[in-house]
Amino acid sequence: MNKIRRTLLGATAALLLFKPFAALAAAWNKDAFAAKTPQDALKGIGAGDVAASKDLVIEAPQIAENGAVVPIEISSAIPGTTSIAVVIEKNPFPLAAQFDFENGALPYVKLNVKMNETSDVRVVATAGGRRYAATKEIKVTIGGCGG
Amino acid sequence: MAGPMKMRATLGGGGTAAAYTDVRVLMTHPMTTAQSNQPLHFIQNVTVKQNGKTMVEAQISQAVSRNPVFTFRLKGGAKGDKIEVSWLDNKGETNSIETAVA
Amino acid sequence: MKGLALLLLAFPLWAGAQDAKKEIEKYQQMLGEGSPAELWELEGEALWKKAQGPKNASLEKCDLGGGPGKVAGAYARLPRYFKDTDQVQDLESRLLTCMTALQGRDRAETTKRLFGNADRPSEMEYLVAYVVGQARGHKMAAPVSHPKERASYELGKKVFFYRAGNWDFSCASCHGEQDKRIRMQDLPVLSEPAGAQKAYTTWPAYRVSNSQLKTMQWRINDCYRQMRFPEPEFASESTIALTHYLAVTAKGAPYNGPGTKR
Repeated sequence: MNKIRRTLLGATAALLLFKPFAALAAAWNKDAFAAKTPQDALKGIGAGDVAASKDLVIEAPQIAENGAVVPIEISSAIPGTTSIAVVIEKNPFPLAAQFDFENGALPYVKLNVKMNETSDVRVVATAGGRRYAATKEIKVTIGGCGG
Repeated sequence: MAGPMKMRATLGGGGTAAAYTDVRVLMTHPMTTAQSNQPLHFIQNVTVKQNGKTMVEAQISQAVSRNPVFTFRLKGGAKGDKIEVSWLDNKGETNSIETAVA
Repeated sequence: MKGLALLLLAFPLWAGAQDAKKEIEKYQQMLGEGSPAELWELEGEALWKKAQGPKNASLEKCDLGGGPGKVAGAYARLPRYFKDTDQVQDLESRLLTCMTALQGRDRAETTKRLFGNADRPSEMEYLVAYVVGQARGHKMAAPVSHPKERASYELGKKVFFYRAGNWDFSCASCHGEQDKRIRMQDLPVLSEPAGAQKAYTTWPAYRVSNSQLKTMQWRINDCYRQMRFPEPEFASESTIALTHYLAVTAKGAPYNGPGTKR
């Protein structure tokens, strides 16, 4: 994964001569973020085979008063977790975010997401070359995607 | 011009040695979606560095709420550590902030 | 309670209204712990300390009631009477006073853009968020000892129940009876301590549906708009009096703002 990223960054750096920051962090999984189904989103981040894990914890309210801002706190106790992805199954584009942890960053994140309607929120962790998932349903009273 | 960005980095976890550095970063950004009738404008990349070393690289989307707020945790850490968070959006706009751990 | 009843439709019958209420409280709590409102507080602090105006001075010597520069807890004791202006003032009018007195800025400039929008908040909104955030945990204690404070409180009570406008509404029309709601939000009875405490300790607030921090002056202004009243003057005597009435009715409750609301 790192080798691919380095090659990609190198190529991007060559192309984006006037945007140094853009070159360093231009890697953005366009296809996965454009996926319209949770299955395609998971495929887009290479998460074909996923095992459920109780060590991947989603802390979130069961009801969100407004789907525009839904607080979600995720932490993984799975040893060697290197990334966490957030998939909101019923959103028009289910993949919401992906976090890669390195150099001692803990596999933990709290963020606010938009939810279009009541939906399962699935979190996928990568650890030791394998994928693990946890799911939580959050009910939404007012849809928050701006439509 | 990007709106204000704020950050608070504190030691957490209790005990004499810090279990982790808690980083809360707040961003001003419209994060407009394809469903609104405005042009798509959202942060795509967020990078967190501790004393110059990259710790977290995030790829985010229009599904993240307007004016994003993130909390990250970095193992260990000490008062005075330099934490830097920067973002890049789909229009090529950027912003960043650096704070010392309190 | 009716709002909760609607939510029951989304819950299995055995879950009950209490579970729904608990989960909404959890939503509000988690939202409050990672809310964009905090950015307004931090930006407001920067503006408080920024030298501005013809006098090139910051607001750091502003007297919010406890003496020059004392910000901690000040909001919990507003509105109050101020000797230098010989009137009862709320937070927003007091900030305007300080902008002119300390920074030399004229009223026309300081009042030009008091309500911002999602793309560009106003300076007032940032400053308000900062000051109210410094009162977090402090018990609401707006004074009524000075004769003008007593008069302000009484005027505020009168304004609360005063019916006028095209629809013959008063604040009490929505906020004077138990078990009323607008869409999904239960309406607190503001003329009673329990309701006033709940509402007044969570405004000003960041409204997620607008992506903006809304101040008390805005809240009153928008209520009047919904009631089809003429628009009140910013920080007018009647809006300050109304705020004073709410603050006194909310006495004793710990302040919990700036809030984060739907």
